[in-house]
Amino acid sequence: MKLCLVTGTVVATVKHPAYIGQKLLSCQPLDSTGAPQGAELLAVDRVQAGTGDRVLVNQEGNGSRQMLGTLDGKLPIRSVIIGIVDDVAVDPLEARRGV
Amino acid sequence: MYLGRVVGTCVASQKVAGMAGVKLLVVQPVTPGGVSTGRLQVACDVVHAGPGDHVALVGAREASHALAESFVPVDAAIIGIVDDVQHPSTERTS
Repeated sequence: MKLCLVTGTVVATVKHPAYIGQKLLSCQPLDSTGAPQGAELLAVDRVQAGTGDRVLVNQEGNGSRQMLGTLDGKLPIRSVIIGIVDDVAVDPLEARRGV
Repeated sequence: MYLGRVVGTCVASQKVAGMAGVKLLVVQPVTPGGVSTGRLQVACDVVHAGPGDHVALVGAREASHALAESFVPVDAAIIGIVDDVQHPSTERTS
């Protein structure tokens, strides 16, 4: 799972049936200090998140299928926002060691 | 899942069985602000997108789930034509 900041919303009228009724948000992954790290990604929102929220994103298909269900056993959704983060505590020394 | 811009089409006559009839498009991944990022890639299209369209894609194993056939060896599929992105980098300054 990735810690991300919700940076915006994406609107698409023509889409795969699996995405109908789903909210799609753009998310910026964050590093241990809260700074942006890596490219922004899109994720389906299941927790009523919004722009500016820090969220937890699961980037893995099996978890998505278990949460959202499947259409004929298939679901072309990989990234799902599964939580709004209230607080993160990281030991600064440990974080520096990990960089 | 990520954003991209369709820049061209790709035709391959000889394909694995499950890919028959699947449209292939050349896509440039972009940031929410529309800036190109990373290298061009070929993606399957299931939403009738065309060159110039701003699209949303899904990668990895889930790309094949967008197609009619299961167990197709693809790793990118266009799953939406993007109308609008509300993002700080796309806001007008007028």
